Amino acid sequence: MPDALLTRILHLLMHLLTVVLLAPLIPGLITKVKARMAGRVGPPVFQLYYDLAKLARKQAVYSRTTTWVFLLGPVGTVAAMLAASLLVPFGHTPAPVAFEGDVILFAYLLGLSRFLTVLSALDTGSSFEGMGAAREVAFAALAEPALFLGFAALAKVSGSTSLTLMLGSLGVGSGAVTAPLILIIAGWSIVYLAENSRIPVDDPTTHLELTMIHEVMVLDHSGRPFALVLYGASLKLLVLSALLLDLMLPKAAHAWQDWARFFVGLGGLAGVVGLVESATARFQMTHVPRFLVAGILASAFAFLLLLV
Amino acid sequence: MSVPDFRAFQNGQVLPMGDVPELSFTTFRDAIVEATKGNLRLACLCADAKRRLIAVLADDANHTLWVGLTRLESMSYPALTPDCPQAHLFEREIAEQYGLVPEGHPWFKPVRFHQPWDGAADPWRRAGNVLPAVMKYFQVTGEEVHEVAVGPVHAGVIEPCHFRFQCHGEKVFHLEIALGFQHRGIERALLGGPHALSLKHAETAAGDSSIAHAWAYCRILEGLAGLQVPPRSERVRGVALELERMANHVGDLGAISGDVGFLPTASFCGRIRGDWLNLSAEVCGSRLGRDWLRPGGLRQDLEPALAARLAPRVARSWEETRDAVELMWGAASVAIRLEAAGAVEPLQAREIGLVGVAARACGIALDVRHDHPFGPFVDHAVAVSTAQSGNAHSRAWVRWLELAESQRFLMDALEALADQPPDGPPTKRPSLVPHSLCVSLTEGWRGEVLHLALTDAQGRFARYKIVDPSFHNWFGLALALRGGQISDFPLCNKSFNLSCCGHDL
Repeated sequence: MPDALLTRILHLLMHLLTVVLLAPLIPGLITKVKARMAGRVGPPVFQLYYDLAKLARKQAVYSRTTTWVFLLGPVGTVAAMLAASLLVPFGHTPAPVAFEGDVILFAYLLGLSRFLTVLSALDTGSSFEGMGAAREVAFAALAEPALFLGFAALAKVSGSTSLTLMLGSLGVGSGAVTAPLILIIAGWSIVYLAENSRIPVDDPTTHLELTMIHEVMVLDHSGRPFALVLYGASLKLLVLSALLLDLMLPKAAHAWQDWARFFVGLGGLAGVVGLVESATARFQMTHVPRFLVAGILASAFAFLLLLV
Repeated sequence: MSVPDFRAFQNGQVLPMGDVPELSFTTFRDAIVEATKGNLRLACLCADAKRRLIAVLADDANHTLWVGLTRLESMSYPALTPDCPQAHLFEREIAEQYGLVPEGHPWFKPVRFHQPWDGAADPWRRAGNVLPAVMKYFQVTGEEVHEVAVGPVHAGVIEPCHFRFQCHGEKVFHLEIALGFQHRGIERALLGGPHALSLKHAETAAGDSSIAHAWAYCRILEGLAGLQVPPRSERVRGVALELERMANHVGDLGAISGDVGFLPTASFCGRIRGDWLNLSAEVCGSRLGRDWLRPGGLRQDLEPALAARLAPRVARSWEETRDAVELMWGAASVAIRLEAAGAVEPLQAREIGLVGVAARACGIALDVRHDHPFGPFVDHAVAVSTAQSGNAHSRAWVRWLELAESQRFLMDALEALADQPPDGPPTKRPSLVPHSLCVSLTEGWRGEVLHLALTDAQGRFARYKIVDPSFHNWFGLALALRGGQISDFPLCNKSFNLSCCGHDL
């Protein structure tokens, strides 16, 4: 069946191109929406591409206290996120790599990137970065259960532990599981905001090092490694967006329609994040755990609903 | 309330030195300690080259100032601070400027990091070139305690200052603030004045409060030279001061909003602040109001036609300001965030002598425009805006109330100015009366600005003391953080928005 093979190759190409080329567009869209909401013109949506190009031509500056561990953060994050992106189906098209249990690999890739970022932050010996690392790990410990409980619920529905089957076959309106799906979407939205260091959990645009969570851990990076940091963050945003969109988008009749819906969904999600960031202030840091626990509860109830 | 043996006087009044009571040190000290235990405030405590200590006490409720001085017999004296916390920074300043050591001072550290004047011995025995913020910091020790140092180079475009936090996890045990990076020697430069540059020095004591400082300086000169400023010019000065307040308060509310991550108000206020600054520029050619005032009157008058043109623009800018700031009050997430940050106990605020917005946010009703009125505020009463909680929300709320009050003043004043013919240029200034003291207070947007001048036999400045509101309030910021979250620091800092250069002079 040369036709089917060709389609698969086309889908694969589409997936890879989306990952490599489209990721930096999403932060640009969010920034644009925020600027418009505030009555400003804002930077161009392609600003992150320009920044990456600029940083790629710059040399990095390394502090004398850092070692090779310092570079593990940016390199490891991009590597882990690229690998993770291969496991997630975009829209309802199967992921390039799919096998039973790939959800475990996916979760650990997320964990690995965080671990390496924290290590590289601690390697600088800066009190700011140490503080940021402590915050990141503390909040991640509360964000991860929400993600895992959501996975558990989806595994129960689909009877599979492969992301392609767990996410690719569902979608709102796909029958009896709508209620748990909505709960998972709610829980994962909180994870999405927290993991991507967005308002109300973190503020990606702040310059105030004492209030930062994620940003403060990468303060000492410059030049190419910093380009990797920014690129890795945009990959993470794309991958986690895909997780949410897979649950939200109904399955279309034709595979290419699925792609179209996926891209529109990405834009829409960026718009929603922009609106949320325009309408709310950040939580005080002591309130963040309560917000994350709400995410855990939503996913836990989804799981419970499926058990009974 | 009266202060025994001190002399009562008014804001801007000139006293011949013979009328300033010279007291024994014990009487002097007891009077200040007693007065500050009551409802009086130590507005200024300074020394001069003749080894005299001069104190100005403010009785805000009764609209009176009190002054007294004492001559020290040796290079040290029993510190006032243990019984009068308001004196704590003043005494450190006196030690650093004149080498007069307050014995028993509980927190005896340098203030601006320079060698004492006129070759006096340095109380800290620092040799050679003194570097700012190099001193022994208070340290909390223990396995789980960590220290965070911030500045003097910051991540934003702000003034240089150094913060040292002693933290347990996210909780702040103690914050120590070291300033002095901006020390330019303004008080020294004013000695022997008034010089051609003296007005410039006063204006740039704190550049964002140019009008408040320039006005205080002008009133000193007008008092000492016996100049009368025509009422219309005084009203124009009022417009200048309130425009400065509008621009800065709008900027602050926007910045506070930005710090909690609430973008709409932050973005709008950034632009609207520019509109207010431009109104100043329209009259005097400078967005910061430089060169607007001059002793005896104004350098740039606000003609009736211009006043008529400005009024609708003030009205429009106020409308936009209101819309932008109301967005912020409408968001519950902003209110929660602001209310949780940076509370100062009203009792402590009184004890350490907070002034201005920070004091009014603690429910302490003091405002120079109301308590010791000057210029147009004698006839045009200004309501004192207060809030009760002393936290970041209160400080933002006081600014908001003051915006409305200033806008009312501006509209009234512009209306009156549009109907009055201009005064013409100020008359030439006669020389200053010799051997006299003059104290002038104005209410800048941050709070009370105090200028004090002593003249010598030739009518030149023998001592010129400037007290910016930041000098009183920096310690309030340290208290606001005590027991708070270190992540709340930027927000607290912004809600105080104190000046480094006003402190460092």
